[in-house]
Amino acid sequence: MSISLKNVYFTYPDAPHRPVLNIPCWTVAPQEQVFVHGPSGGGKSTLLNLLSGMLVPSQEGQGGQGEVSILGKRLDKMSQRQLDRFRANHIGYVFQQLNLIPYLSSVENILLATYFSAHKKARVKSADVEKLLTKLNISPDDWSKQIAKLSTGQQQRVAIARALINKPELLIADEPTSSLDQDNRDNFMSVLVSLVAENKITLVFVSHDKSLSRYFNRIDALSDISCLSGARGCS
Amino acid sequence: MFIKLALKSLLNRKGSVVLTLMAMTISVFVLLAVEHIRYQAKENFAKTVSGVDLIVGARTGSLNLLLYSVFRIGSPTNNIAWESFKQIANNPQVKWAIPITLGDSHKGYRVMGTTKPYFEYFSYGNQHKLKFDQGSAFNQVFDVVLGSDVAKELGYSTGDAIILSHGLASTSFSLHDDRPFTVTGILEPTGTPVDQTLHVSLEGIEAIHINWRQGVKMPGNKMTEEQIEQLELKPKSVTALMLGLKSRMATFHVQREINQSVREPLLAILPGVALSELWQMMNILENTLLLVAILVFVAALLGLSAMLLSSIRYREAEIRLLRVVGAPSVFLFFLIQIETLMITIVSLILGAGILAISLAVAQDFLISRFGLPVSSNILSESAAYYALGIIAASIVIAIIPSLKAYSKAKINI
Repeated sequence: MSISLKNVYFTYPDAPHRPVLNIPCWTVAPQEQVFVHGPSGGGKSTLLNLLSGMLVPSQEGQGGQGEVSILGKRLDKMSQRQLDRFRANHIGYVFQQLNLIPYLSSVENILLATYFSAHKKARVKSADVEKLLTKLNISPDDWSKQIAKLSTGQQQRVAIARALINKPELLIADEPTSSLDQDNRDNFMSVLVSLVAENKITLVFVSHDKSLSRYFNRIDALSDISCLSGARGCS
Repeated sequence: MFIKLALKSLLNRKGSVVLTLMAMTISVFVLLAVEHIRYQAKENFAKTVSGVDLIVGARTGSLNLLLYSVFRIGSPTNNIAWESFKQIANNPQVKWAIPITLGDSHKGYRVMGTTKPYFEYFSYGNQHKLKFDQGSAFNQVFDVVLGSDVAKELGYSTGDAIILSHGLASTSFSLHDDRPFTVTGILEPTGTPVDQTLHVSLEGIEAIHINWRQGVKMPGNKMTEEQIEQLELKPKSVTALMLGLKSRMATFHVQREINQSVREPLLAILPGVALSELWQMMNILENTLLLVAILVFVAALLGLSAMLLSSIRYREAEIRLLRVVGAPSVFLFFLIQIETLMITIVSLILGAGILAISLAVAQDFLISRFGLPVSSNILSESAAYYALGIIAASIVIAIIPSLKAYSKAKINI
């Protein structure tokens, strides 16, 4: 399994009695492309932060602390430093916006991502970066322009490149298309889906926009994954 | 990548960074300037007089005697009788004795009456003797030797005639206009008050005061120069004496002898001891200046810290992004630290550069106005310590915004 969550329970420290997530069981197979939809403020971003190790499950889940297993590794058992390293090496992440450092160029942003994944740093060449940018339809004139000077559509595509440069096994996308118009959205989605398939990457894509579900073969509602009313067993 | 990120991030926030940089530069400038001038002033004061074993004057405070005899600051309390000078000069321990008489001036520069051995024995700095740039010492009653600044500022050269005025004000109305002096020599620059002094013979001082009573010129019975030269111009009193002894060992002995003289109340001081007393007094002023400079610097540092702190709020998305691509939380801590270090080092270079340039420009002014020769070479051991201190202080103060960035990175999202 690429992702396996068991008994994952999460509350924010400032509201300890209001659980945001309570996931008895959720798994994603390798190379699966999952679309998770749910209303805004429903805990989608929290789920993604748990998957990337930015957040750890709260203690008070049923049966002690839940398990977060990504690519066969238990994130809930890792130290902060191991999590940082793991994230840099194995997980790509695309946000809704502010995916890139605005005062760096596209190439610099992508190389910044390689800076923290120690063992891959040596292997990434500027040729790889250029190949990726070309695939994402970013014209060479824009490669060394400041990110702030690119259009939103271009920025989100550069964000894909940044997320994929370390050849992650898992790509997490958090409403990446919500700031794009219809044309850019279609363009973005088709590029993303084809690159993910080509590189055999597991994709977890969350959005409130159900019209995007046509790009995916597995569609989960957050309300089905996370059961806040009562516990359910792992089926 | 790390340095590049910090640099580009600073460039991206040009406006606030430039203002902070200016505040830091000014504070570094003030701090280094105070330290440099403090150091140079001490150096210069210490080198003003050397080779003089004892200074003798009327009984007064040792500082007062030192100030008026060597630095030409303040006024003598009383004079020494000529007989006392004779007696001291004849002491077998005394190698040489130079009398000096003060009280007249020329366009704000002080006139000092002395004897010819002054040019031979007086030394400054590291035992440098006085040297003549033009001409030679005075031979006639109405000859004058100028310090280098006097000649330069007033545009005199040898052969020129000048008129001295009674008293010390630069716009004195009581001029010795009946007795012009002729410039016979100009001294080389020394970087001491000698540069601002006009030297005449004791006889010259006597001669211009013939027919004066109680500081007022008496009208009538004007004497010709020939008549004056016929007279025996023996001074009745002098302001102070500089003594060189045959043996250093005898210094305290001779000093005690003079201090205990019953004939006339006299005071003998060791210039070095009096100088160190002067330091103790100057220390208060110096330390106050230094304190103000340090406070200015601390204010600039706090400004720097505040600027970085507010930038972190504005950079939350950037911090989250760095965390997502795998940057450890400490990376954010060091990112803020390196930004601080860049600002500090640039302001250090700018501040030191501006100081060196302004010293080079202000050099002439400082010499002519305060007799303070300040070198524009600010590279010294103490300046290096200050630079290190400045860097260390900025690292310490940057801990505040760095920790903020660190904790933001820790709890991100």
